[in-house]
Amino acid sequence: MSNYHLDYLDELESESIHIFREVAGQFEKPALLFSGGKDSITLVHLALKAFRPGKFPFPLVHIDTGHNFPEALQFRDYLAEQIGEKLIVRHVEDTIKAKRLTEQKGKFASRNQLQTYTLLDTIEEFGFDACIGGARRDEEKARAKERIFSVRDEFGQWDPKRQRPELWNIYNGKIHKGENVRAFPISNWTELDVWNYIRREKIELPSIYFAHDREVLEYEGQYVAISDFIRIDETDVIVQKKVRYRTVGDMTCTAAVASNASTIEDIISEIIATKTSERGETRIDDKVSEAAMEDRKKNGYF
Amino acid sequence: MDILRFITAGSVDDGKSTLIGRLLYDSKNIMVDQLEAMEKQTKNRAEGDIDLALLTDGLRAEREQGITIDVAYKYFTTPKRKFIIADAPGHIQYTRNMVTGASNSDLIIILVDARNGVAEQTRRHSIIASLLNMPQVIVAVNKMDLVDYSQDVYNNIVIEYAKLARALGLNDVTYIPISALKGDNIVERSAELQWYEGQSLLHLLENVEVEKVINLDKARFPVQYVIRPQTETLHDYRGYAGKIISGIYRKGDAVTVLPSGATSKIKEIETDGGRPVDEAFATQAIVLHLEEDIDVSRGDVIVLNNDLPQTAQELEVLLCWMDSKPLIPGNKYLLQINSTRVRSIVKDITYRMDVNSLEKNYAPAQAELNDIVKVVIKTALPVVYDSYKDLRVNGGAILIDETSNVTVGACMIQ
Repeated sequence: MSNYHLDYLDELESESIHIFREVAGQFEKPALLFSGGKDSITLVHLALKAFRPGKFPFPLVHIDTGHNFPEALQFRDYLAEQIGEKLIVRHVEDTIKAKRLTEQKGKFASRNQLQTYTLLDTIEEFGFDACIGGARRDEEKARAKERIFSVRDEFGQWDPKRQRPELWNIYNGKIHKGENVRAFPISNWTELDVWNYIRREKIELPSIYFAHDREVLEYEGQYVAISDFIRIDETDVIVQKKVRYRTVGDMTCTAAVASNASTIEDIISEIIATKTSERGETRIDDKVSEAAMEDRKKNGYF
Repeated sequence: MDILRFITAGSVDDGKSTLIGRLLYDSKNIMVDQLEAMEKQTKNRAEGDIDLALLTDGLRAEREQGITIDVAYKYFTTPKRKFIIADAPGHIQYTRNMVTGASNSDLIIILVDARNGVAEQTRRHSIIASLLNMPQVIVAVNKMDLVDYSQDVYNNIVIEYAKLARALGLNDVTYIPISALKGDNIVERSAELQWYEGQSLLHLLENVEVEKVINLDKARFPVQYVIRPQTETLHDYRGYAGKIISGIYRKGDAVTVLPSGATSKIKEIETDGGRPVDEAFATQAIVLHLEEDIDVSRGDVIVLNNDLPQTAQELEVLLCWMDSKPLIPGNKYLLQINSTRVRSIVKDITYRMDVNSLEKNYAPAQAELNDIVKVVIKTALPVVYDSYKDLRVNGGAILIDETSNVTVGACMIQ
């Protein structure tokens, strides 16, 4: 093996930086969708490598459902401040009021679907022609089929049957007015790749990724954090548990995992040992139907 | 640990998805919840064993029709390597997806049904593999369980395929008898195939050399983006951001900027968002600074003076047509190679290649979806390229329809 050999994390990193720079080079008004979760934090880290000492050629944008974990929101603001980049926040709450949208009902009523309305409005408000996101192909079966540059129509809709072929490392970001592209720089990373990269690069994360004590209710084998956003029934058993989050979405649809992992090393050991996939273990919203993600994407979801 | 990107190709029902499912399953890369979901669906389809193909058939339309309609990417890791698999469909109308998957792969596994031998689709896929200059080919003779694990059946297929490989110039071909359904020779050597003396498929994949995919001799650096902070402290900072697609660059190297031909020297190389280094190599993403203040922008290619690429406005191209609208000579398209995009016109279609017989049909009136044709393309500005055969990363280009914005062609520049 020669000295001119890239480790797999270096190769993934360089592929992602290349994608970032293609977005910057091809689009007038890109945006980076940033939630304060580990995947979008990794994106920010990669963007620093792609564009420093210059400024990011795009703002960070967060679509706040109002059901986010406070720790993730704090971290979002902290990181934006620390790197000195612009952060735009738009609230699903405002869209619900302005457009008289109907909220889901039920025990874990989720705003996941309504998020799409705010996202599309925000895209229109700022005229974004590309939105960079942290989706990975290993997360989910529909995502496994999506291109790195994924063209969406005026309604943000994904049409899996009409995807452009994506050849070599050449990305075609040509679009008509009104359309936009969702660009996914870490498409080829797995959950474990992200964690290994976080460890190697010593990337800072919100505290909820590490084991902590939390009041949770046990629901069909999953631990859901007690919050104002879920309905607590009399029969519910509320317990104090040591947990961590493997993914960070809304408090209504993200489940915690029982864990004592207090360091990145511990987390990585647990992930290597786990027998359940990331979304399977932590997402309540994907279990609704086999095609849940495919349907949401077709409707303009990330 | 490094990365191997490979594609699986074969006819409909040759068992591609089953093979991938098996590789993931037997190498313990499938999680319990994914398995449960597959079991649930398998019951819906009233079948016995778990249908491993369900793991890659991601979309509702595919599950309903029991087919694969698009390239699906799957990932698995062993202690030796990270693998990225492109699962390409075998249907004739989806050949463009196979070309897409193959363009990003270092290796191709061509599945052959032991009962059918080298079929029309096998030939088509092998021809595409040779056109795309796939560095390595594994021919996996599948469904050996259905031919009683017969060595004769296997040997005959190897002999037949070897003829095809020779005709196509596929030099690096490895053969292996398997049963994806039963798991024979996938992760472990099969007890049913004692006569086979080679390694299991996974073992092969873990041990093939991928280093030769990257060329370290021809230095090519396409500029993607110019970093100009224009702040008080960094007033004069002007960095050319891009990825080294091949070769090695060192501080002080004499360089030429193409297509302009301006020359300069490398003043500084940065990685990691501003960390200076003395040298960098493919495929690192870096920022280059030049001694002279010359005009460099996105789409330019910075190369070392010792081995220059071609610069031309007329290109001979082997083209895979990927659009349902036909290609008509005289039509204008955008040609994109790496980060350069130029207006172009397809002047002539020299011939269409029959992908079953390799025969050339000269001067066809037009090219249809999935046709492979030789064309002459004239570009509005000079294009910097290498012959695809010599340097894949700087010899592949796409054609974009300016009216629909769709990627309509895959070009292998001759």
